[in-house]
Amino acid sequence: MLMSYILAGIFIVSALGAAAGGADISGALSEGASAAVELCIGIGGSVCFWCGFMELMSRCGLSRALARLLEPLLRRIFPASFADSECAEALAENFSANLLGLGNAATPAGIRAARRMGQLGGGGAASDELCRLVVMNTASVQLLPVTVAAVRAACGAENAFDILPCVWISSATALCVGLAAARALERVTR
Amino acid sequence: MTALLVPLLVAAVCLLAALRRVDVFSALTQGAKSGLGVVAGMLPPLTVLLAGVYMLRASGALDALSRLCAPVLERLGIPPETAAILFIRPFSGSGALAVGSELIASLGADSFAGRCAAVMLGSTETTFYVISVYFPAAGIKKTRHAIPAALAADFTAFMVSAWAVRLFY
Repeated sequence: MLMSYILAGIFIVSALGAAAGGADISGALSEGASAAVELCIGIGGSVCFWCGFMELMSRCGLSRALARLLEPLLRRIFPASFADSECAEALAENFSANLLGLGNAATPAGIRAARRMGQLGGGGAASDELCRLVVMNTASVQLLPVTVAAVRAACGAENAFDILPCVWISSATALCVGLAAARALERVTR
Repeated sequence: MTALLVPLLVAAVCLLAALRRVDVFSALTQGAKSGLGVVAGMLPPLTVLLAGVYMLRASGALDALSRLCAPVLERLGIPPETAAILFIRPFSGSGALAVGSELIASLGADSFAGRCAAVMLGSTETTFYVISVYFPAAGIKKTRHAIPAALAADFTAFMVSAWAVRLFY
């Protein structure tokens, strides 16, 4: 339903803006719709290639190797959940798959971890660690943001991936701030 | 420095795959085939949303929003052109992609604001979508501090994106 409100809002504001400013925006509608098709064609090739590359990374067992590498860090963020082996495994898989951009693997693993945390926590309120898991997933730490790189390439970027260092700095900082905010608010909302 | 990043990564993973006797060609092609579904899934929402975003742009509403937010955003170092991304990003992934790609296309991929838009999109997630997936799955009704903390992370990402782009370019 949320999408419907957003979309309705967009069209209503456009109409009001056009009425107020006297601009003719009818042409923009079909222009935008065609631009969407052009964009999908423009990014289709690289999105397909990177999906292939993600598949290759997961078949190489990179996700599992990364999960082992990150375990000590995750154990410090989620001490209680790591006492439970099922939850620990799902957590490590969720984080490493997110990092590699394997959305198809990350979400089911994250849901498994969340469900287990819900059982361990008991009651209808989220545990501190479940909140941390959600913050970690909303902060999107991703090594290769392939869709947005594909959009840049389609728009004529010289090197579509030259934004990588900026993306890493930005998402890592956001993750730290999100986790710090979660920790600071834990006591307030208990 | 970044020029070699992608070629080296692709080569390294292919080398690793060969050493582990993984069939590189079949993995790449099968994954690419699943990519067709990804692109096909993006097309319908993007069509509807980009029609809307182009109308918003033509009506002057997007520029008005940028002007309205400019005093605050400029103080934070965020280019005012990206104002619409800040509002739509936590709610809708395809909406943010529509707004962001229109911006990147019209301002240029290598312009300051175009780059900032790309970094913002790459370093954030659709916060409310994630929340709507994880908490119901865990059987949780009281989300406590998850939403404010997640939004703090989003806001940080927006600011740091602009700072990082300014630092690197």
